[in-house]
Amino acid sequence: MRRLEGISKLTGQMQYVDDIHVEGCLWGMTVRSPSPRGRIREIRFGNAVDWSQCVVVDHRDIPGPNEVFLIERDQPVLASDYTRHIHEPVVLIAHESREVCRAAVADVQVIVDEEPAALEYRVLPKPEEVQRGNDNVLKTLKIEKGDVEGALANAAHVVEGVYETGAQEHVYIETQGMIAWVEDGVVITKGSMQCPYYVVNALKHALAREESGVRVIQAPTGGGFGGKEDYPSHLALHAALLALKANRPVKMIYERSEDMAATTKRHPSRVRHRSGFDAQGKLVAQDIDVAIDGGAYVTLSPVVLSRGIIHAGGPYACEHVRINGRTVLTNSVPYGAFRGFGAPQTLFALERHMDVCALAMDMDPVELRRINLIRDGQTTATGQVINDGTDRAAILDKAASLIGLKSKCDEHASFNATHPYLRRGTGIAVFFHGAGFTGSGEVALKSRVRIAGLPDGRVEVLTSSTEMGQGALTVFTTLAADRLGLEPKDIIVAEPDTARVPNSGPTVASRTAMVVGRLVERACDDLQQRVGLDDGARGDVVRDAIAMWHRNNEGKALYGEAIYEKPPGINWDDTNYTGDAYGTFAWAAYAAEVEIDLRTFSARVTDFVAVQEIGSVINETLARGQIQGGVVQGIGWALLEECVQERGAMKNCQLTNYIIPTSDDVPPIRVVFLENPYEYGAQGAKGIGELPMDGPGPAIANAIAQAIGVSADVLPLTPERLMTMMDSAHV
Amino acid sequence: MLAGDSSLIPIAGATDVLVHWPGNLEAKTRSYLDLSGLGELRSMQWADDTFTIGALTTYWDVICNEQCAQAFPLLINAARQVGSVQIQSRGTWAGNIINASPAADGVPVLMAYDATVVMQSCEGIEEIPLDEFYFGYKQMRRRTDQLVVAIRMPRRAHDVEIFEKVGARRAQAISKIGLAITHSQDGWRIVASAVAPTILRCKAIETLLEEGSPVRSPDDLMAAIAKDVSPIDDIRSSRLYRERVLARILYHDLKGIVPSFV
Repeated sequence: MRRLEGISKLTGQMQYVDDIHVEGCLWGMTVRSPSPRGRIREIRFGNAVDWSQCVVVDHRDIPGPNEVFLIERDQPVLASDYTRHIHEPVVLIAHESREVCRAAVADVQVIVDEEPAALEYRVLPKPEEVQRGNDNVLKTLKIEKGDVEGALANAAHVVEGVYETGAQEHVYIETQGMIAWVEDGVVITKGSMQCPYYVVNALKHALAREESGVRVIQAPTGGGFGGKEDYPSHLALHAALLALKANRPVKMIYERSEDMAATTKRHPSRVRHRSGFDAQGKLVAQDIDVAIDGGAYVTLSPVVLSRGIIHAGGPYACEHVRINGRTVLTNSVPYGAFRGFGAPQTLFALERHMDVCALAMDMDPVELRRINLIRDGQTTATGQVINDGTDRAAILDKAASLIGLKSKCDEHASFNATHPYLRRGTGIAVFFHGAGFTGSGEVALKSRVRIAGLPDGRVEVLTSSTEMGQGALTVFTTLAADRLGLEPKDIIVAEPDTARVPNSGPTVASRTAMVVGRLVERACDDLQQRVGLDDGARGDVVRDAIAMWHRNNEGKALYGEAIYEKPPGINWDDTNYTGDAYGTFAWAAYAAEVEIDLRTFSARVTDFVAVQEIGSVINETLARGQIQGGVVQGIGWALLEECVQERGAMKNCQLTNYIIPTSDDVPPIRVVFLENPYEYGAQGAKGIGELPMDGPGPAIANAIAQAIGVSADVLPLTPERLMTMMDSAHV
Repeated sequence: MLAGDSSLIPIAGATDVLVHWPGNLEAKTRSYLDLSGLGELRSMQWADDTFTIGALTTYWDVICNEQCAQAFPLLINAARQVGSVQIQSRGTWAGNIINASPAADGVPVLMAYDATVVMQSCEGIEEIPLDEFYFGYKQMRRRTDQLVVAIRMPRRAHDVEIFEKVGARRAQAISKIGLAITHSQDGWRIVASAVAPTILRCKAIETLLEEGSPVRSPDDLMAAIAKDVSPIDDIRSSRLYRERVLARILYHDLKGIVPSFV
């Protein structure tokens, strides 16, 4: 089936939040902190604008607690007397004219008595930089299995390595945007977002309202990648505060530079590995230390850290594992959710490290991986028994042979020996990605989906899961149509409007098709039961039964409903971090061929292969698009995208200086799906959205290391960084 | 009009002005003189010994010109490296000169072809060699009453014509280093961009080439490069990277062409 909203997006008919005309609307903008840390002494308003024509909001206008409702409530909606990062929102201004509003923002000065800022997560803070506990650590987590020290002491080889990755900006095409207004006493916000009910919770808390007093509507969303998971809660609160004070609708649309400077990014990371192997190259111990930069507030960092450490040991069988993780406060713009959610960082470290280990032990990198890949009946780092029948070695071999890891080896060697300045190499990474919320997260969410049977026999899918370019709309339509034997035109997917749709959880964690899609199927089954049919009924029988029900129950609403139920045999111990971290994992091997130009030290990916087992494929075009898009984002993270930080804020916050790949920087991306249906996913599907972010970084770094013999232990591998690495490698 | 109001800023494609327009409050306080009505300035004239492009000639105009591809291929190479197709079809060569970015893509190839800048005012016409036009960051020999009306290049037979742009990606990038090289019976022209406050000819490198001093590795060029350019550490790259990559490109591109490069 073709993407349902594709044509309206292609032709520009789709109305994004900035396109929506609202009568009498004011423009809202934000005055931000100029300092990474300190006491706000004064806020000075200049005389460049007529302030009587502006609506001005500060922390005193917040009806409820000045807290953004998330894991912890440490982050203020608006800074009051203290600021913890540059660009922290302090004052909001609204005006009829966008131009005047801009001038007004420029006319406000926030005077801060600066205090020493903590800007480095990798070293212990100086005493004067400590702001939390005695070390600025926001959260520590630990996984422990077996006896690591004993196994290391007896290992034939012990290989160590340290790996780092930088921040990454989401660069969704549509910047953050929100409209807020008040209607019959209800605060309504409509905008670009992934998680409408997160916004509901944030509005309820800080505006001190009941759930009935707030309503959140997702507008068509031009990309999210995690950047619209938690941040829209802030923007909705800001717009709502202005709308409440102005008693008029307020629209806030971030410009690109503001969006890049002030909103969340991928967490920078440093991961240390100490791995023990026996004489045959079997992994006997993994000692892993993961540190991520949390930024100035807790936000989602503990769960990013959680997913990061659970994936840190990788898809390998190892009996003795210790993984320590911590997220550290710095006075940087807070880091947040980004496709992969911690796993790309730890999997980069692991898979780059596996090549380092292979080199140290003089083993073939594919062979080293093959003999250590987890087999059915063996356990992951958390002790989760894998028993899904997937042939993981076949995935690895497929990727290796498609890229020509062996066959191109001689060709590259002779090319590299003769060409004056070009060098070629290949690299591979094998990895897994857990689908859905971690641990008991899905149980806690209690996601709910409704399917309405309409009087004309059509059905409407009601979820809070959002379409943001990934294809949720098309997939939900397919799932409901297939389940009920109806045509896609008989299926309506409701606009995510919290006044109408139940809470099916956030649109994150590769959970939408697999988890929520499964609820759509079960709600379809429930609908059939309610109209007196069994599960096997299809097509006209269903349509007629729905129409008949309405004739017999005039004026009433017909709903089928499903609530998340934990698949049998899944158990997670959150205290000891042991057990079944995810219902299932997708498995993959990605391989890259690169060419480095030694005149400019720039690396280019010339071929890319992505092989994965993702359960069943629901829509091959969409799935392929997800993989290819994720690979492109991964290539950007690996080679180009560097957030240049200055006092904890992004200095290169323009698309001219923050470099994402163009189509000319991207090779052909060959995508292969190996299918092995997952019993508890919709149509047998596993999660797919985040998976492709994990593989490109290590595959590309390994290829570069093979081509020019550098450490390639830090991403992004920009030309400047490769030049430095080559100097230290004395190539 | 320019003679009457020295604060007027002539604009053609406006591709540089508009980049930061929405948030640039200061840009909105200035006055601009829209040249788009002066159709006769969008022209290409071939004389026996010169090629003259009018001040409103766009990159795209040149890309589409077959005679240009034969006689001045580097203009095409450089034009294709400018921004996107949209920018190429609005941006002008003269605008590229007057915006005076040290990282401009059009200026190096013009300079390597010995272009002159033709300016007109109520006082008359003045023509200044492009390699003498700049005298500091965004400083140039144009009076506010003068309008650039054309760019003129001598028609010569070149046996070496090279343009290299090192950007942070393969397309739609701002130069970290640019290099234009030509050789004709009038000698070597080595022009570098993004490595000094202005785009400039690398006279020490040119001398080294004219003299035929042996060059055995990129390192042998570093002393001359240090005399010619003064790159900085900035948001896009580093001084060290720019110096070394300039040397490496020069070395590898000229090896095999220049006998003294061994």
